[in-house]
Amino acid sequence: MIKLEGLCRDFQVGDQVVHALDHIDLLIRQSEYVSIMGPSGSGKSTLLNILGLLDSPSAGNYWLDDISTASMNDDELASIRQKKIGFVFQSFHLVPRMNAMENIELPMVLAGVLPADRRDKVAAALERVGLTKRADHRPDQLSGGERQRVAIARAIVMQPMILLADEPTGNLDSQSGKEIVDLMEELNNQGLTLIVVTHDPAIGNRAQRMVRMEDGRIKTDIQ
Amino acid sequence: MISADLIRFTLSSARAHRLRSGLTALGIGIGVTAVVLLTSIGEGLQQYLLREFTQFGTNIISVSPGKASTFGGSMAASFNSTRPLSLGDAEALSRVPFVTHSVGTVQGNAEVEGNGRSRRTMVSGTGPYMPRVWLFAVALGEFLPADEESAPRPFVVLGSKVRDELFGTANPLGERIRVGGSRFRVIGVMESKGTVLGFDMDDAVYIPVLRAFELFNKDGLVDISVLYEESASAEEVVAGIRRMMITRHGGEDFTITTQQQMLDVLGSVLNIVTIAVAGLGGISLLVGGVGIFTIMTIAVRERTSEIGLLRSLGAVRRDVRDIFLGESIMLAALGGVGGVIFGGLIVETTKILVPALPLSYSIPFAIAAETVAILIGLLAGVLPARKAANLDPVDALRTE
Repeated sequence: MIKLEGLCRDFQVGDQVVHALDHIDLLIRQSEYVSIMGPSGSGKSTLLNILGLLDSPSAGNYWLDDISTASMNDDELASIRQKKIGFVFQSFHLVPRMNAMENIELPMVLAGVLPADRRDKVAAALERVGLTKRADHRPDQLSGGERQRVAIARAIVMQPMILLADEPTGNLDSQSGKEIVDLMEELNNQGLTLIVVTHDPAIGNRAQRMVRMEDGRIKTDIQ
Repeated sequence: MISADLIRFTLSSARAHRLRSGLTALGIGIGVTAVVLLTSIGEGLQQYLLREFTQFGTNIISVSPGKASTFGGSMAASFNSTRPLSLGDAEALSRVPFVTHSVGTVQGNAEVEGNGRSRRTMVSGTGPYMPRVWLFAVALGEFLPADEESAPRPFVVLGSKVRDELFGTANPLGERIRVGGSRFRVIGVMESKGTVLGFDMDDAVYIPVLRAFELFNKDGLVDISVLYEESASAEEVVAGIRRMMITRHGGEDFTITTQQQMLDVLGSVLNIVTIAVAGLGGISLLVGGVGIFTIMTIAVRERTSEIGLLRSLGAVRRDVRDIFLGESIMLAALGGVGGVIFGGLIVETTKILVPALPLSYSIPFAIAAETVAILIGLLAGVLPARKAANLDPVDALRTE
């Protein structure tokens, strides 16, 4: 469960302070499917970065599963990212020199999981995204849709609670974009909290709950 | 992250830029090769000289005339008189405790004629125990007899080269030859000892000291070599010799040098040479380190988005630092191993092609060179790795 209270994030740009997030209050329950939409500069990516613990708020509180993240140090934040949060990026962010299997393995490698314990989980994640046959292909040998599937498999291989997707279909044609959204919705149906940032209404409108942002504030929140 | 994975990860990123990684490692490799080669030359030289010196054995003390120290003004020097070393001194030294044998020698050059041929060669006036003291055996016949040093018969023992030149394969024993115009009878031939510090031991003839005094019109020995029991301490023997000589000469007008002193001086000089030479190789290692630093700085910039990704996947700053530090160390270590092997190949090949060169592959120096290479990799990697570790994950992810 995610709970935000009076959350602010200010950026110093020159001698001006920009309020990227301006007193956000938000409650997202486990297994919810939320889309965050809004024009560029509305603060939706900043919000996602804070939800993913990649960035810290300037003010306000963020509770993740009833634990305040405010007092956590770098190591603790990393550990939570590792265990509870999966990321899907617009540009996939696959490591180009590694094949699909190695890319999916990466979170477990970083977590210090032994090779013998990794194999089955990688295989399961590959199967989950339907890429078992492409396991030894490098990113440049895969189509855009397949790359994003590898990225999703990597995001779920540690069995997180939350999947954060930042414009996951932005670099895809509409057909593979739709397939990617279908895949993420399936994962959501199995209990994964899904938060998608997008400016594409066709994607955003599919969510059960639509949060609309403007100028760092939540404008509408439609369940 | 377990270390096997860290190694695999760094190897995979080095492999992704094969040429670049190869060239970077080459920089270190050349440095290590230089260190290995130069130290091999230094070590080889050292071993060569030690071998040359110790083939006479190590428990020898040499007494030479004159005191090897500086006196005050010219007045003092003119009052300082040096008594020559006599055969009596040599005989007396053999009675010093722990001394087993002593040999007085005097040397010169003379014409040696025999079997219708002649050769100008070194003539060494020496004592009957010379073969024992210098570990120099007689190959044929016998050495100068021991019981007639005060009135020696004109016997001569030939060095193997002189024997070959004068007599070829014929048996020289019993033949009469002329040494510096005087007649001598050949009673023995020494085994071949080769050159010692450029001095051909085989191109010499050995005659009794008194005969040599006559021949060269000299009355003093150039050197008394004393062989002492191996169990005795050199200091004790030196003290005994000094006492005996001062009693006989009434003052210290001689110089005592132990084999160990000579070896120590030689060793310390050669060590300095080897270290200086290793330092020269170290400069090329340093240049290699600059190469690694440059490449790692570029790598951090190129892989900024990868660093962001790793952070998003739960890597802490330490992990990122280890990855880049590991890569830097690995490049240096691999280059170093290449240099150690390549340097070794050059040394071994040269030894086969030019056996006369005193080369010796020094494993301690090779290990030291590899260690220094790894240290340089570590140092070169610190700044880039720290930069990578301190990147803000959000900014890093945004970089394409």
